[in-house]
Amino acid sequence: MSSKDSYYVPHGTYWPIIGSIGIATMFVGMANMFHGVSWGGSVTALGLGIVLFMMFGWLGQVVNESVNGLYNSQVDRSFRWGMSWFIFSEVMFFAAFFGALFYAREFAIPWLSGEGNNQFTPDLWNGFVQTWPEIAFKTPAAELRNGTALSVPTELIDTWGLPALNTAILLLSGVTLTFAHHALRAGERNKIIGWLVATIALGVAFLGFQIAEYGHAYDIGLKLNSGIYGSTFFMLTGFHGFHVTVGALMLIVILYRVQKGHFSKENHFGFEGVAWYWHFVDVVWLGLFVFVYWI
Amino acid sequence: MATDTIAAHDDHHHGPEKGLLRWVKTTNHKDIGSLYLWFSFMMLLVGGAFAMVIRAELFMPGIQVVDPHFFNSMTTMHGLIMVFGAIMPAFVGLGNWLIPMMVGAPDMALPRMNNWSFWILPFAGAILLSTFFMEGGAPAFGWTFYAPLSTTFAPDSTDFFIFAVHLLGFSSIMGAINIIATVLNMRAPDMKLMDMPLFVWTWLITSFLLIGAMPVLAGAVTMMLTDRNFGTSFFDAAGGGDPVMFQHIFWFFGHPEVYIMILPAFGVISHIIPTFARKPLFGYSSMVYATAAIAFLSYIVWAHHMFLTGMPVAGQLYFMYATMLIAVPTGVKVFNWVATMWKGSMTFETPMLWALSFVFLFTIGGFSGLMLGIVPADIQYHDTYFVVAHFHYVLVTGALWSIIAAVFYWFPKWTGKMYNESLAKIHFWWSIISVNILFFPQHFLGLAGMPRRIPDYNLQFADFNMISSIGAFMFGASFILFTYIIIDGIRNGKPAKARPWESAKGLEWTLGSPAEYHSFDKAPSRKAIEQESQHTSVA
Ligand code: HEM
Ligand SMILES: [Cu+2]
Repeated sequence: MSSKDSYYVPHGTYWPIIGSIGIATMFVGMANMFHGVSWGGSVTALGLGIVLFMMFGWLGQVVNESVNGLYNSQVDRSFRWGMSWFIFSEVMFFAAFFGALFYAREFAIPWLSGEGNNQFTPDLWNGFVQTWPEIAFKTPAAELRNGTALSVPTELIDTWGLPALNTAILLLSGVTLTFAHHALRAGERNKIIGWLVATIALGVAFLGFQIAEYGHAYDIGLKLNSGIYGSTFFMLTGFHGFHVTVGALMLIVILYRVQKGHFSKENHFGFEGVAWYWHFVDVVWLGLFVFVYWI
Repeated sequence: MATDTIAAHDDHHHGPEKGLLRWVKTTNHKDIGSLYLWFSFMMLLVGGAFAMVIRAELFMPGIQVVDPHFFNSMTTMHGLIMVFGAIMPAFVGLGNWLIPMMVGAPDMALPRMNNWSFWILPFAGAILLSTFFMEGGAPAFGWTFYAPLSTTFAPDSTDFFIFAVHLLGFSSIMGAINIIATVLNMRAPDMKLMDMPLFVWTWLITSFLLIGAMPVLAGAVTMMLTDRNFGTSFFDAAGGGDPVMFQHIFWFFGHPEVYIMILPAFGVISHIIPTFARKPLFGYSSMVYATAAIAFLSYIVWAHHMFLTGMPVAGQLYFMYATMLIAVPTGVKVFNWVATMWKGSMTFETPMLWALSFVFLFTIGGFSGLMLGIVPADIQYHDTYFVVAHFHYVLVTGALWSIIAAVFYWFPKWTGKMYNESLAKIHFWWSIISVNILFFPQHFLGLAGMPRRIPDYNLQFADFNMISSIGAFMFGASFILFTYIIIDGIRNGKPAKARPWESAKGLEWTLGSPAEYHSFDKAPSRKAIEQESQHTSVA
């Protein structure tokens, strides 16, 4: 029977259960690692290995089926719906952290500093000095409740240094990726490869600068335990960097698939899905640049 | 593994595989629906057992059965398991079973991912339950896990709890994405959006709530994780953070979450009442719009759980009025159900009994919610047993009620058998009497000032607590009968007709009983869709 008229419903798969075992192993390993259990790290690595194995196996199988023509346009649309709402869920995840940043900045810190006639936190933290970003901030407790000392940064990160450069790099990578897409639609393989390589290179450069930036932050004393600014700074940029890494890896897979000739002018959802993801990562960075580094 | 890839694609018309591995490998929406439903039932029994411990301790004043810390673990795990293990998976199970059949699709849009969203759950459940065996015991900070109880003062097992929540979130998000893709992309080409049955509509809207809310929960537990282990100060005022911020983030998830648990229930009820009133659903489109309105409003009322945290008065006022607004679309629904029954030729088979009592009892929960939403009143009621009574009326006699109603209503479609109607009626009356003995006195306890999440209480609360506990044990025992009815029905039930309820509408009834392994290989025709639509009148 011709697979094009009917929706492809795969039968039987082991990948999900492998994935579940992998993720559960990884999480159990991580929790133990955080508690200083000696085998925590290796179990985490094992779990991660299983997850990667699953990803390659599962996605490899999907690619195989796609290349073998089992999918029709309806399946393609399912993938599109799936990918777009997955990205939306990621947006909401970042929104939680942005929300924390706004809340701390607009409410928590002013209230701690006595705003609103000191009615919200009367005498709770007498002597708390408001600053944003928290430079040389003062808190009456020298340490957090759980006993770790706060690290107080001594200077600001210069918005118009590396952060601005990285903004330019990421924006540019969005452009090069769009060129790659145009080339794909025009069927010019060499151009696609060129633009894709450029995009990946820009992504890697971004990550390199980000690492340098983290080194600098640590030098000036801006750390995870630098109070709420350090918390939001590192969690937002950290999760973003993680997403750039994943995006870059996916782009490398796409590059490989382009070389294999998996995509046609009309039919290249794999490419587009990754491109959406990359643009999403781009947009998150813009938010980061404005709210974390700039204003 | 590679062998099952290409070769398998043309065994479309085969039935299920043999053996236990079928359930591990399956990509079939009916198999996965059954897995979800059985899993949820098991979790219901586990969570129910915890509730029995709670009510045993509260049977009399004083500490008799468990020590206070373990008591707190019981309330915490009871809440978590009921919400994330019983109610939510049950609705995803119903969605899996029913949505493809209701929209005339062969299966779910992303069948492999469907398998994954289920098979993450047992792992999450296992990690969550394993915390009981860890040093410091299971989480004891309440299902709302407020900081700093859950950060600074919580046992190590909390990190396992956090990862379990992450897994549950992955599962829900994947499930929601699948349902959106199925409804929007797999619907029979001739079925317009406004032809869709209400269960499909409510689940579609619930999916958007899930995708919007679950990632925020993931964010909240991630912040907890780093506060606990890496020195961040999201919820620690010493570093400029704020424990109250935890509550904002949690309830930004939490309030949509309660609608995640009730919107599909509204869908179920909107199927059952027309069938047994033998009239088309009154106000189909207003039902759709009301559902959407509730979903939208659910995102902007979260701080009604936080009136006593010391928010500015303007905040209290806004959240109070916004909360009141929700009563409007909810009222529309209740009136529509009542209008559907108006002058109907009603009969009272078991599913109808459950649905009808849902309308009464859920509405009681809705009214107590309104009372709680009034700031000056909530100052009195907050964190008392009144709140416990409120959310049990909406969750037990609301969400759970609709699930049980759905199980009886679609049982013939799933199994091809009829359950024992007279036993099922006994079970219904037993449940409804005991559940009210269990929860109604809790209103009085709360109004008189008995705090929630407390293992011991003042003598003046003794009588109502004993009554409540007796109701609890009766209600708990009703599940023995329920289990018997289900298993007996599957084993010995009389064969069911394709349309066992004469005036039931919906494409699922055009399939056999039990429904074929693959639902609709060919999309149903426009005529079939019109005949089975919820707006055409019943012949
Ligand atoms: C008319 C609609 C509703 C209104 C106005 C309402 C209002 C409220 C308010 C104000 C509270 C906070 C009480 C307090 O802690 O002082 C509350 C608690 C709660 N509500 Fe509702 N509610 C409504 C419907 C629902 C529904 C449909 C559900 C679930 C299916 C639900 C589940 C809960 C739960 C679980 C809590 C307790 C949370 C906790 O653990 O503190 N509510 N409700
Ligand atoms: Cu609420």
